[in-house]
Amino acid sequence: MLKLLYLAQRPTRGRIALFGEELTDASRDSLPHFRRRIGVVFQDFRLIRHLSAFDNVALPLRIAGASEEEVEGPVREMLAWVGLGDRASARPPTLSGGEQQRVAIARAVINRPELLVADEPTGNVDADMARRLLHLFTTLNGLGTTVVVATHDVGLISATPGAQMIRLENGAMLDPTGALKNPPPPRGAV
Amino acid sequence: MLDWLFASPAERRLLGSRPLRGPTPWVIAIMTFSIMIVAAAGLALAETAALVAAGTQTRYSAQIPAGGRSLAATLEAIRSVPGVTKAEAVPEADMRKILERWLGPAGASSDLPVPALIIFDVRAGADGQAIARRAEAAVPGAKVIAHVEALGPLLRSLCALQWIAVTLVLLLGGACAAAVVLAARGALDTHRFTIEVMHGIGATDHQVTHLFQRKIAIDALTGSLAGGLAAALVLIALSAGASFAGELMGGARLGTADLVVLALIPVALTALATVVARTAVLRTLRAAV
Repeated sequence: MLKLLYLAQRPTRGRIALFGEELTDASRDSLPHFRRRIGVVFQDFRLIRHLSAFDNVALPLRIAGASEEEVEGPVREMLAWVGLGDRASARPPTLSGGEQQRVAIARAVINRPELLVADEPTGNVDADMARRLLHLFTTLNGLGTTVVVATHDVGLISATPGAQMIRLENGAMLDPTGALKNPPPPRGAV
Repeated sequence: MLDWLFASPAERRLLGSRPLRGPTPWVIAIMTFSIMIVAAAGLALAETAALVAAGTQTRYSAQIPAGGRSLAATLEAIRSVPGVTKAEAVPEADMRKILERWLGPAGASSDLPVPALIIFDVRAGADGQAIARRAEAAVPGAKVIAHVEALGPLLRSLCALQWIAVTLVLLLGGACAAAVVLAARGALDTHRFTIEVMHGIGATDHQVTHLFQRKIAIDALTGSLAGGLAAALVLIALSAGASFAGELMGGARLGTADLVVLALIPVALTALATVVARTAVLRTLRAAV
């Protein structure tokens, strides 16, 4: 479902509407424009191994056409915020799992996306960093970004004020109204 | 115009591996070398054919079986035929020298009868056949041969060889394009993950294509320049020691236009490789979801 949401796959049935536009049959050439408005935190990070942490985080800005002067400041600031200011030139294989996840998060939010999709974003970070990330997501949400988080850590989301929750079980969506604030303990994916 | 050759340091880092790695530059260098040598041979054949055709178009020879006994009168008779611009008798010594090459010392023997030979040119645009008939009538027993007919098989062979050269150049160009397609697909496979990430972040097909097109263009430019340089050195060496070959080819030389064509081959191959790489990458990307 997340892949459909960040436009990595097309639906075989049903429809997709994002940013107020019907995208089910959108042309291939129109998709990059919408993808640039979406930030994605992958569970497996999906960092480019031969690029430094700086270049990985800068990638969305460069693809969007930002100049190097426009890239330098925000990327340094974002890396410092996720606690990797001194690891800017490190390549992903030399970073720990938690550090890679923070680079992935920094890359996802660097261009202030309108939609942020995060797959288990706190799975590899300590409790303090998890709280900071949730605070970042909440802040982004306050600034107008829609944040969609897939997680097994129900407690984490429950602790986030105003978070709407949808439970997926055996491939079916439960309580699609999002009114389910305190679901029962998960048996499958949540 | 050459923006496809330039990329920012950040863009260059995206593909990781540097250009000029792998077999692509070598394949293109070998193709360029082969194409230039074949093209040079084809152009030299064209020049030779033109030279031979120009030299034979208005030239005839008359064989007089009686030999040189009435040569002066025969020569005068041929010169008097309307349309004949020039007529010269081939000295008997020269004839025997030619025969000696084939028959050995026997060719120089006075026991061997040698026909008198008169070579004459007719006015350009004149009816050569009619003039030849008049020359045969003026000199009873003479046999007039049009050089263009005598050398017809040679000219047709030269023409066929030119077409073979053109076909070979096209086939080698096609093989070069196929090699570039394989190189582009290989590069796409190698960098599949990077491409997926770039697409996921919002890169367009053209942004991705630009990276691969530039890499292959640099490989192609380097390979074709190296191959072209090697071919040029070989051609210079051949032409420097080609007085013998020059004689064989009737003194034909590559003209300025030929040299320009040869010099453009590496540029054309680079352009071909770039266009083919761009098309191959775009098609492969569009075939993906």
